[in-house]
Amino acid sequence: MTPLLFVAVSLAGGLGAALRLFLDGVVRARVKTTLPLGTLLINVLGSLLLGVITGLTLALWLPEAWHLVLGGGLMGGFTTFSTASVETVRLAQARRSYAALINGLGMLVLSVACAFLGLWLGLSAG
Amino acid sequence: MAAAPAAPVHLRWQYLALVFAGGTVGTAARELLAITVPPVAGVAVVIVGINVVGAFLLGLLLETLARRGPDDGRRRSMRLLLGTGVLGGFTTYSALATDTSLLLAENRLGTALLYALGTLLVGAFTAWAGILTGAALHGRRTIRRSGADAS
Repeated sequence: MTPLLFVAVSLAGGLGAALRLFLDGVVRARVKTTLPLGTLLINVLGSLLLGVITGLTLALWLPEAWHLVLGGGLMGGFTTFSTASVETVRLAQARRSYAALINGLGMLVLSVACAFLGLWLGLSAG
Repeated sequence: MAAAPAAPVHLRWQYLALVFAGGTVGTAARELLAITVPPVAGVAVVIVGINVVGAFLLGLLLETLARRGPDDGRRRSMRLLLGTGVLGGFTTYSALATDTSLLLAENRLGTALLYALGTLLVGAFTAWAGILTGAALHGRRTIRRSGADAS
């Protein structure tokens, strides 16, 4: 990886993280719920988009450098595993077992399904 | 739109800039590790390590900040820079989901389940351990401080 590409990937990650703060805030302001829906939406949407990006790259439609910047950078910085894990533990600590299960296993199943769909879409379109 | 004094966090440029800066550093660290550590049997195991360590550190950070006082001023800046920014950018959910779906596409069901469920369970466990560590460290500090006051 060239130094320029490395910087581009890192900055794309910063942009993704700022987008995450923004989108999570918008969801919090609009949807009144005690479930951490913002992170769920961000991780599912980011997984779908990374699936599409990966599919397009595997189909040789998208160059590898763009895969790194948009995938590992933008989507990597946008989605987050650490926040999802801490929010799941917080729900479990509040004895909200069902909500914790949705936030843990539900998010994983939904994200993998969306990534799979995105992969298929990207491969078909590419 | 005029900037009201109490504009929400996600609409304030200084907070978005903090998260941008932190996210850039976290992503750079993840990318450095990702190009250094080779995959094992076609699985980017480095992402597992990154996510698990990041979950522990975020639990530790958030519990420490929460116990030190309300989410404002420097504590809020630290949460956004280090938590939402650095650790949020360091860890990734999209790679977990996409790598799992690639394993499923290759008909490697056992590996996919082990990778996805393993990361989820170990991540939740380490996040919990981070929270407990933050609480324990705070307790020790409080005891030491009250001991100093008494003497």
